Amino acid sequence: MQGVRKRFGATVALDGVDLHVDPGEVLALVGENGAGKSTLMKILSGAHEPDEGNMWLDGETYVPRDPLDARRRGVAMIYQELALAKDLTVMENILLGMEPARGPFLDWPEMKRRAAGAMAQLGRPDIDPRLPLSRLSIAEQQLVEIGRAICVGCRVLVLDEPTSSLTQSDIRHLFDLVRRLKAGKLAIIYISHFLEEVREISDRFEVLRDGKSVGGGVTANAPTPRIIAMMVGRSVDDLYPRSPRKQGEPILELDHLAGESKPVDATLTLHRGEVVGIAGLIGAGRTELLRTIFGLQPIARGNVRLATYVGPASPARRWAEGMGLLSEDRKNEGLAVDLSIADNITMTRLPWLVNPSREAAESWKWIQKLGVRCRSPRQAVSDLSGGNQQKIAVARLLRHDVDVFLLDEPTRGIDVGSKAQIYQLIDDLACRGKAVLMVSSYLPELLGVCDRIAVMCKGHLVQSVPVEQTNEHQIMLQATGVSETL
Amino acid sequence: MPVTSAAQQWSNFLGTMGPLIGLFFVFALFSILQPKNFLTLDNLQIILLNTAVVGTAALGATIVIISGGIDLSVGSNIAMCTVVIALCRKSGLSPLASVACGILAGSMVGLIIGVLVTQLKLSSFIVTLGLWGAVRGFAKWLAGGRTIYEPSGWVGSLLHMLHQGNYWMIVPVGVWLMLGLTLLVAGVLKFTRFGRHIFAIGSNEQTARLCGVPVSRTKLFIFIFATFFAGVAGVLQFSYLNNLGDPTTASGYELNAIASVVIGGASLSGGKGSVFGTLVGALLMAMVANGCSQFPTISNSVQEMVTGGIIVAAAAFDRFRQPVVSAK
Repeated sequence: MQGVRKRFGATVALDGVDLHVDPGEVLALVGENGAGKSTLMKILSGAHEPDEGNMWLDGETYVPRDPLDARRRGVAMIYQELALAKDLTVMENILLGMEPARGPFLDWPEMKRRAAGAMAQLGRPDIDPRLPLSRLSIAEQQLVEIGRAICVGCRVLVLDEPTSSLTQSDIRHLFDLVRRLKAGKLAIIYISHFLEEVREISDRFEVLRDGKSVGGGVTANAPTPRIIAMMVGRSVDDLYPRSPRKQGEPILELDHLAGESKPVDATLTLHRGEVVGIAGLIGAGRTELLRTIFGLQPIARGNVRLATYVGPASPARRWAEGMGLLSEDRKNEGLAVDLSIADNITMTRLPWLVNPSREAAESWKWIQKLGVRCRSPRQAVSDLSGGNQQKIAVARLLRHDVDVFLLDEPTRGIDVGSKAQIYQLIDDLACRGKAVLMVSSYLPELLGVCDRIAVMCKGHLVQSVPVEQTNEHQIMLQATGVSETL
Repeated sequence: MPVTSAAQQWSNFLGTMGPLIGLFFVFALFSILQPKNFLTLDNLQIILLNTAVVGTAALGATIVIISGGIDLSVGSNIAMCTVVIALCRKSGLSPLASVACGILAGSMVGLIIGVLVTQLKLSSFIVTLGLWGAVRGFAKWLAGGRTIYEPSGWVGSLLHMLHQGNYWMIVPVGVWLMLGLTLLVAGVLKFTRFGRHIFAIGSNEQTARLCGVPVSRTKLFIFIFATFFAGVAGVLQFSYLNNLGDPTTASGYELNAIASVVIGGASLSGGKGSVFGTLVGALLMAMVANGCSQFPTISNSVQEMVTGGIIVAAAAFDRFRQPVVSAK
């Protein structure tokens, strides 16, 4: 029995992609941001129309008119951002758009029975279908969304970055569920940036690059470096470059710094030519620490000394003093996505009289330097893929030529190629005598990039240690507060 | 630098030209239907005269709306300014000083809005809804519940029809004033730091803050700058009413101003808009009103329905031309 087979013709986003997935199989779709994964899946789920190419579902020609039509024929997509009505109940959400009815009236008992059945199938019969959705955790809401897919008798399930907002144990449950659905002869397409996950959950993988399929195979037979090499089109044995760095004079000193609730107590010295990483759990106050330093949040106690400057901070003042912050929240804070690339890059420092074409030309220089894929500096940032958007946010700091870089999760949600580029950039900056203070939840990257690492736990910043003297295990102990009792 | 793609250029072209095409269409329609009454130099002048007050106020509204705010107090503000000018003239101030006082009074309202919005962290909708009533009441109190007629001086002639002696001016002074101010605002928006900051705040206030834009101060300036135009509109309204300070005038002009901005292609969620579009929007509305009034059989109600339809159509058109496919 042949599952799905589809082929696409020449569009800019997708340039002839072949893909097939069999029932009872998990296919991982990997590729950098902008490689065309999302477009491909949107075509599959009926949100976009292909310009060329054919699709077959169970041997029959498959041409979905729209997402609803696709769903009816058994192709359901679970997006990263869940598409649920928060104020409705679980069962209303599961059966939205296909409510069982008796004449003009809703058949509530039947609705509840079917919703409960779906949740039981997903291994969570304990979730009451009458609960409003807002009372459920993100992971449970995701289950409801999957339940909705199952309820229509879906045969192909697409999961787009399903773990990006889940905790470790939720991910375990999700993987168990995926295996169960697989055993139930569902065909599953799994999109993820995390190759560890791909390795764990998928049977086969398919790599997209620049809108083309560049290869694939049985996951178990492909070593991770080979998959990465396929994704970026070159080998990346040197993901974390480290040139010899020379530590210069201290440029940023925190003296028992405290914010209104977090951080509680942070003391740290950052030198020129050095990269210091801040590790810690989510909610430990790492982001708040950077924001307090940068003047986005008020200082309650303690001091920040930046080079020769002391005293009150505001973002405007910090930029003028040679400090820049890269926000962890690219969409809501980091970038004004509706404005042009040039506007975003040059916003921190504009002359009284602006010459738009000069700003554009200047931005274009940075676009080329960072290899941002775009048509023009006047293009809106929202047109770009995640990795390219991040490069724009970084370009802003580079263009301003700051001396102290505060980087909050600089590689979150971006593809491997862009990551490697950002690591290279950080290394270059340190070599040129800039200072980098970097927050990240991804420990291998901190260990790979930083000279020193300080761990933050419940608002307290632990004394930093040289990266050679620590390891993931040690950091996790400190982050969870275990080492204090040792 | 690469050139923008053809589709992008076409979209941009429609964005700037769309309202203009609509204006031309309406113009052509009335010219065909009523060539004798509509298509005369005098009538075209009347249309421009009728545009001047709302058009000038709409310049301010454009700035506020691009910054993501809204000003509902414009109409009340205009009325108050006419009263202030009349009172100043009555008390013996020179015409120029009276005009300055009127504009100053208008800008004071902006100062109040700005302070309330930035210090109390209220939305501009709420603040200006309050001022919509309060300023109107204040104007009535100032005028003692009456209209004030003060015919001397040149202020009243800003929006007079041209006559044999001054045809060389092509359009009345007030219309020139509106056109000049439009150029001024366009320049400020495009070529100054203040202008770029307005777009930045409207597009994403958080990002603006992160990038060191002094958000509160800029917002304060935005409202003062915007209500400056309400003040100028008040001067023009005083003239339009033939030297009358009337606390009940210009009622609902705030909505006309907002409608002009929307027809001109701005987004009420901020970050987008152009004063040229706004000007075309104001002209379009005045033209529809004027054109409809040429038909004895068409009542005022039809004109209002048509105008309403145009507003919705303009917004729908704008939505339609947005590029659908993202590069992702």
